[in-house]
Amino acid sequence: MKDQHLVTLNVNGSEHELVLESRRTLADTLRQDLGLTGTHLGCEHGICGACTVLLDGEPVRACLVFGVQADGHEVRTVEGLARGDELNDLQQAFSRHHGLQCGFCTPGFLMLAEAYLSTGPEADPDEVREVVSANLCRCTGYQGIVEAVTEVAAERRGEAKTAHD
Amino acid sequence: MKPAPFEYHRAYTPQEVVELLRELGEDAKILAGGQSLVPMMNFRLAHPAALIDINPVSGLDYIRREGDELRVGALTRHRSVEISRGAEVRDGFAVLPRAARWIGHYPIRSRGTVGGSIAHSDPTAEWCLLARLHDAEIVVLGEHGTRTVPSEEWFTGFLTTAALPGEMVIETRFRRPRRCAALLEYARRRGDFAIAAAGVAFDVVDDRCQDVTIVLGGVAGRPLRVPEAEAHVQGAEPAESTWAEAARIAAASVEPGAEADGDHDYRRHLVGTLTRRAFREAYETGTDAGPVRGVA
Repeated sequence: MKDQHLVTLNVNGSEHELVLESRRTLADTLRQDLGLTGTHLGCEHGICGACTVLLDGEPVRACLVFGVQADGHEVRTVEGLARGDELNDLQQAFSRHHGLQCGFCTPGFLMLAEAYLSTGPEADPDEVREVVSANLCRCTGYQGIVEAVTEVAAERRGEAKTAHD
Repeated sequence: MKPAPFEYHRAYTPQEVVELLRELGEDAKILAGGQSLVPMMNFRLAHPAALIDINPVSGLDYIRREGDELRVGALTRHRSVEISRGAEVRDGFAVLPRAARWIGHYPIRSRGTVGGSIAHSDPTAEWCLLARLHDAEIVVLGEHGTRTVPSEEWFTGFLTTAALPGEMVIETRFRRPRRCAALLEYARRRGDFAIAAAGVAFDVVDDRCQDVTIVLGGVAGRPLRVPEAEAHVQGAEPAESTWAEAARIAAASVEPGAEADGDHDYRRHLVGTLTRRAFREAYETGTDAGPVRGVA
């Protein structure tokens, strides 16, 4: 008999009640139960980072967390970034700096970078490079990704400063 | 869906974990950060009949100083240690946040736990090496209460520990604070399992090295101390020649065939280089002396 659990997930601000088999990963839950196919699955064992999402604001590999573990927690996926048709600042910077080519890894990189940016980093390019080394991209050579993240970090720091003044 | 089916249980207190372990028997595994267990389940190298999720357990996420001990709760995430800057860590345990940066990558560090790593006992895992470097004690909770196991006895071999069936790790107590310490490792890519690792810790008193520990990783099924190399540095001048000789002894101590993979001579070479560099880094970061004498 399947080991099933009733769980409540908050994904991008919306609540969902689901019955999940315990072995269903959070990545499969998002894609198959909620139809949020923006989160991509690459290796499914925690190496490639394509499935990175935010769990209570922290970056996690959604293939290494079970859906049932997210019960009562907040999940943020790439679908939560844009406002309608308007891409957020990070997505626009990725586009501007050619931080993507085929785009398969992009949702994971965006969520990884959002987690990093939420810590209000100084974001020198070396540190950014270390952060994005968590995920695999085989198209861009990372340069455009590093430039996009570094630029947005500076912009958001500037805005935060203005807001405090 | 990749893992085999399992029963999912959630625990809210350490006592509940122990009760569930007793009830479910040896086919049940504890799920903490899941950064090693879940990949193994996705590969179906591991197929536990039941998982006990301890993430909801409260009161096991802390970094606390008790005299000369730094006590780290089992559910403390690697990331929490990495970003810790308080005096309780800085004073004698500064190597911990620096070494935590070697662990996998950011999303691994924000999810994986110190206790999980100690229980998993990978011979190249940073926490296992740091536990031996700082003579840690592992506190486990079982049916009959807690007991404390010295790290020397805890790591018994590749992915095996002295934990008894039904016991869970609740705390790691790092001991012997020292000013000079470093952990260095080498892997083909940043974040991979280390091919070899070397950790050193010591104090400098009256321009002599004291209280010296050297730990090697990746050279056996568990982290190894190198007493002969420690004895050489003990009481010696903190100088490049001292580090070089210690590195030579450490490299020579690596036994052929003990490594999980890779070339023996290569690993020996890495151990020598990493040991020497670890001594340099430890001395430079732990003293105000600046670069060690004898280095061009």
